[in-house]
Parts: sequence; structure tokens; C-alpha cells
Amino acid sequence: MMTGTAELRGQALAIHNLSLEFPTFSGAVKALDNVSINVGKAEIVGIVGESGCGKSVTTMAATGLLPRGRYRITGGSVRLFNHNTLAMDESQLQDVRGKMVSTIFQEPMNALNPTIRIGKQLTDVIMRHEEASLPDARRIARDILADMLIGEPERVMKLYPFELSGGMRQRVLIAMAFSCNPGLIIADEPTTALDVTVQAVILRLIQNRARRTGTSVVFISHNVAVVSQLCDRLYVMYAGRIVEHGATRTVLDAPLHPYTQALLRCLPERVAPKQELEAITGAVPTLMHPPAGCYFQPRCKEPVDLCRSRSPQLAGSDGREVACWRRGVAPETSEQGSRQ
Amino acid sequence: MTEGVDTIARPVLEVSDLNVRFPASRDWLGRPTSHVHAVNGVTLQVRGGGSLGIVGESGCGKSTLAQAIIGLAPYEKGRVAIDGEDLQAAQGRQKRELRQKMQIVFQDPQSSLDRRLPVWRLISEPLHIRGGHSNAELHAKAGQLAVAVGLRPEHLDRLPHEFSGGQRQRIAIARAISTDPDLMVLDEPTSALDVSVQAQIVNLLLKLQRERGLTYLLISHDVALVRHFCDDVAVMYLGQIVESGPADEVLGNPRHPYTQTLLASAPSFASPLPTIAEVRMGELPNNRKLPAGCFYKERCGKAAAGCEAPQVLQRLSDGARHARCHLAQG
Ligand SMILES: Nc1ncnc2c1ncn2[C@@H]1O[C@H](COP(=O)(O)OP(=O)(O)OP(=O)(O)O)[C@@H](O)[C@H]1O
Ligand SMILES: Nc1ncnc2c1ncn2[C@@H]1O[C@H](COP(=O)(O)OP(=O)(O)O)[C@@H](O)[C@H]1O
Ligand code: SF4
Ligand code: SF4
Ligand SMILES: [Mg+2]
Ligand SMILES: [Mg+2]
Repeated sequence: MMTGTAELRGQALAIHNLSLEFPTFSGAVKALDNVSINVGKAEIVGIVGESGCGKSVTTMAATGLLPRGRYRITGGSVRLFNHNTLAMDESQLQDVRGKMVSTIFQEPMNALNPTIRIGKQLTDVIMRHEEASLPDARRIARDILADMLIGEPERVMKLYPFELSGGMRQRVLIAMAFSCNPGLIIADEPTTALDVTVQAVILRLIQNRARRTGTSVVFISHNVAVVSQLCDRLYVMYAGRIVEHGATRTVLDAPLHPYTQALLRCLPERVAPKQELEAITGAVPTLMHPPAGCYFQPRCKEPVDLCRSRSPQLAGSDGREVACWRRGVAPETSEQGSRQ
Repeated sequence: MTEGVDTIARPVLEVSDLNVRFPASRDWLGRPTSHVHAVNGVTLQVRGGGSLGIVGESGCGKSTLAQAIIGLAPYEKGRVAIDGEDLQAAQGRQKRELRQKMQIVFQDPQSSLDRRLPVWRLISEPLHIRGGHSNAELHAKAGQLAVAVGLRPEHLDRLPHEFSGGQRQRIAIARAISTDPDLMVLDEPTSALDVSVQAQIVNLLLKLQRERGLTYLLISHDVALVRHFCDDVAVMYLGQIVESGPADEVLGNPRHPYTQTLLASAPSFASPLPTIAEVRMGELPNNRKLPAGCFYKERCGKAAAGCEAPQVLQRLSDGARHARCHLAQG
């Protein structure tokens, strides 16, 4: 595998072979299987895949946001700026969140306290993490809101969350995420509920700020076109596994994994009007009883015998890897991860 | 273009100067003292077997327009005609019959389907309401419709929660086509679905249109989807149509400044992120008090002398499209 320890030093986030399950009455939901994701300093990395494929669980596990006692890590490791977050208790994790990493979620209403004015919520966060005085915190808050193109920041700071539009709330949350200068921002579908004009601006703001301050960004989305515009590299997930990753342009211009290919082919952008879209037949496997072998095999158009019995492992070179038996992966090299 | 008179299908849907407003506040007698102006003078036609897409940002009045068209939102001014017959003027049985000629499919099949009813009841409910069918007939008819939308006959006796989002949307579509409607209003029918499932539903809707000559009004945020799906497109801003015409013309070469912004912001594989200046983001203006001149003036980067006057939707000299901007004439 490509992630030697020497490489880890330049990393903001290094998730290595992480496997995780949710025990339920009817059996364990194997939400993640051998997931490895690396995010370099100042890099913008996308994670794409359809709903339920494990995008949110991956980053929530890495930052300790999953409900305690409700899940089991069954293998692998996480390094967040070289700290082992899997071994931390809640107070250590709280320290990490905010100082090193901030997460922006899709629905900004849930992340803001509806009974407290915007200004107080912002300054509280800044004072807690920056040990700033109140006047300093106010000034920082004002500047960051202005950075997020919020007109009249002084006035907005006096408002309650419900008095803002969805797009403004989301920009306030991004301001909050940036306010304590974290090294890593995790943006989990932050623009999915917004209009395209607001979305375009928010993506620009994230990009500008990340480039200017050298902040790393993990951008989670089901919208491949958005990821193509924002991210340097991307990971494609399917049913709890990474199936392909590499530089954004390389992966999208010449996808190697049949799932990535199918995902791009079913978009209306790429065919003539009214022509039939290439839908992916069948459905995502249940993670309680995943098929043996390649998880995409029941829907794959070109499986070989091996696909039904053994899981292909990621393999490749130059930061481009794909997990597919038909893409030149010799079975011998894959022994290590084909657990069942 | 070779438009012989007999090849132009007559409009199934005609909307003229439609205005919809909701009371926003009332005095002590309960009389409205101010209004939310959701739809402000919309005129459009959809010809039989054709499809019109409506795009525009959240809150601009797309769903309200759809509701008014199918008779769910009352209006004081304007006219909606289906197959040439005025819906609001119709009474009693004629009104019910006109309503059955239109069906709507919503974004969220989860909440639009009664969770206690088995699939065959859901699908055949509009027929049941129309009356004159035995349960056995309804069950048989539901079976045919289920097959037409790609469900299996054994699904008929299950409850909606046993289905995925895409399958539930198939149920909603089967139900909508059960009365053989002339017009189908599709309000964000695939927005809640994954793209692979969206592709299945889009294929299904296009196939049903070819087979049954359905007429569609599609409301969507997704410009790429509208380009794929629709013959014509209308772009809405603050309850008005600001640009309309053949989808390839309008979406390929937008002429109204708002359409230009909308298209520059739409996520795309082909182009990089727009600059913030290009996007001209802003909130929709307050729709309780409509602007005096051009509705888009506050946000428009091209505003100049003449924009303080109200703008009319006028046909551009080159091509089939209309735009509501005195500078778009070119
Ligand atoms: N029943 C109602 N009472 C009062 N105001 C309403 C009502 N329904 C809609 N509105 C208002 O009318 C305007 C248009 O709303 P509408 O739901 O038609 O927008 P839309 O274009 O469908 O938006 P979206 O893309 O978010 O679905 C909004 O300002 C909305 O708040
Ligand atoms: N608390 C939980 N208990 C049981 N299963 C869960 C829980 N959280 C997530 N899952 C399951 O884990 C899988 C991945 O979920 P998630 O990471 O949220 O997907 P997405 O890619 O849409 O973000 C899904 O099958 C989901 O149902
Ligand atoms: S490993 Fe086999 S089944 Fe899986 S994607 Fe590749 S060819 Fe298809
Ligand atoms: S009329 Fe003026 S303000 Fe309105 S869209 Fe045209 S240029 Fe812009
Ligand atoms: Mg998620
Ligand atoms: Mg709507």
C-alpha cells in the first residue's frame, strides 16, 4: 500500500484501512470496509458517492462525532495532524474539534442554537478557542462575516438564526468553522439544500479561504459536477468501500472503475437531449448482508469469475488507485485485505 | 423551420396573466392588509405532447404556479385553461373532469403517499374517486399501471414504506397516469433521488411521454435535467417569467442577465467555478412589496438607464425566444 509513515507527516488527515460497523438487533451494518483516505496540507479533497455509501460515517468516525457505544471500529487507524483520534476521550475530542478540525453540515438550522443571537454564538466560539477578549472576538467575528460576503455584519450579529435565509445561515456556519483557524475543514454536503447561485458563491468562499490560509478541506458531495469544480483530488465510495481515487481531472476524464464510469454515464449532462440515460440497474447492496467478492458485482456489466468470490483491493500508482479485478490488479497483491 | 399548420399541436395548457398572492397580515376584521405576491403575471403555453421546464431560485414562485394550474391555489387575476377550457370558471362535474385531466407528482414521494394504503390502492385511488370501478377492476388496473412504470405485480399488496425512494416515485407516477391525464405537472420529481435512480425515473417519464403523448410541465432546479428533458424552458424570477423559449436557445445562449447568472452558477464539468463577481448573488427581493421597475434591477450587473421602467416579456428579433429586458434585444 502506498501510505508509508514518512508520507504521513505532511498529512492533515490519514485514515488507514478503517472498518466500522453498527451493531443492530438484526445484525451488524458494515458501514465501512477498509477505507483509506489521505488529505494533504492545504489540499481540497472530495468524497463522492450515492446516499448511504459511508461518506458521512467516514469523517464522523475520524472526528469522533458518531454516537458513543453505538458503533464498533473493527480495524484500521486514524491520524488527524498526527493525533490518534480513535483513542481519545470526549473532552480530548472536543479540544480537537474546533482547534484542528471543524465540520460544516448540510442543514445549518440544526447546527445553530435557535435561541441565541448570531453574534453571541460566533464570539463564544472564538473566545473559547482563541482565548480572545470579547471586543477582539467581536472584531474577528465581524471580519469573518464580511469575508463571507454578509452585508452589514454588525446588524446580522444581532439577529437570531431563524431571521436569516438558508444561504445566509450556511455562510454564518462557514464563518464559524473558519473562525478558529482549524487546519482541516470537513464540509458534509454544505450546499445541497441551496440555490445554485448561493452554492457557487459558497464554494468560491471555501476555496479562496482554503487557498489563502493553507487550510485543508474534505468536501463530501453526491454531486460530481460540484466536486469537479472544487476539488484537487477525489475518492469515489460505493457501499462502504473506496473504489477509486486520484486527481479529480484524471478520474473524471478517464474513470477506470465500472461504478465511477456508470455514475458519470447516468448524468443528463453527457448525452443528447431526450436520449435514454444509462441508468445503473439494480440497487445498492444491504450492508448487513453484502455480497461476497466485489460489492458492485451484482450491478456490474462486465464481471469476471473472480469478482463473485474475492474483493478487489485498491491498487495503482502515482496517486491513482482503483479496486477492480478487470483493471489489471493481480490477485496475489490483494491478499492482505480480502477479509470476509 | 417547417411548421405546417397541421403539425403544430394545439396547447394543452394555456396560462394567461396569472397572479397569485397570499394574505401576509390581516386587520381586526380578518381582512388582508398586505400580501405575499408569489406569481406576478405569468403567461405560458404547453402544446400537446410537449414539455415545458420551469427554472428559477427557491421562493420565486414555481410551486405556487404549479398549484394554481392544477387548481390547488386560488387566484384572483388571470386564466388557466386546459384543452381550451377555463378551470376556475368550470363548475361541478365539469370541474371534476377537468381536474382529472391534470395530475401532479411531487418531490418527496415519502410524504405524498398515504402510508397506510397498499400500493394497489394508492395507484388506483384517482380512478376510485372518479367512480364506477369494482375493487377487482381497480386491482387489475393497478397491476397494468405498475408494470408500465417498472414495478412488479407482487409489489401491489405491499405498503409504501417497504419501497426505496425511486420505487415510491414510480408508485406516484403510476397513480398520476391512472386517469390518462392530458397534463402532468412534475414538481422536482427527482430532486430527492440519487443520480442513478434519477436516470431511471427520467427514462421512465420520457418513455411514458412517447407512448402516451403526455404533456409535461417540469419544475426543477437542475438546468442540466431541464436541458435534457424539455422542449421549451421558462426562467422565473420573483414570480415573473424573465426569459422563455426553446430549451437549446435559452440554455445554450441566455440573453436575460438573470438567466446568464443562473447558468454561470450551475455546477458543470466543462467550466471552472465562476468568480464571485460573476455570480451576483443576492437574496430574492421582498415579494410583499414588488419593485417598481425591472424586478431584477437590484442584482443586475448591467442595469442602466431605462431599467427603472417596468419590463415586458418581448420576443427577440433573432429566434423564437422572449426576454423581459430592454437590453436583451441586442
Ligand atoms: N400558502 C402560502 N402562504 C403564504 N405564502 C406562500 C404560500 N405558499 C407560498 N408562499 C410564498 O410564495 C413565494 C413562492 O413560493 P413557492 O413555493 O412557489 O416557491 P418555489 O419557486 O416553488 O421555491 P422552491 O424552489 O424552494 O420550491 C414564497 O415567497 C413563499 O414563501
Ligand atoms: N447510527 C447508525 N446506526 C446504524 N446504521 C448507521 C448509523 N449511521 C449510519 N448508518 C449506516 O451507515 C451507512 C453509511 O451512512 P452515511 O455515512 O451516513 O452515508 P452517506 O454516504 O450518505 O453520508 C448507511 O448504510 C447508514 O444507514
Ligand atoms: S471487480 Fe469485477 S464486478 Fe467489481 S467492478 Fe470490477 S469487473 Fe465489476
Ligand atoms: S432591464 Fe435592466 S436591470 Fe433589468 S435585467 Fe435588463 S439590464 Fe438588468
Ligand atoms: Mg451523509
Ligand atoms: Mg417549490
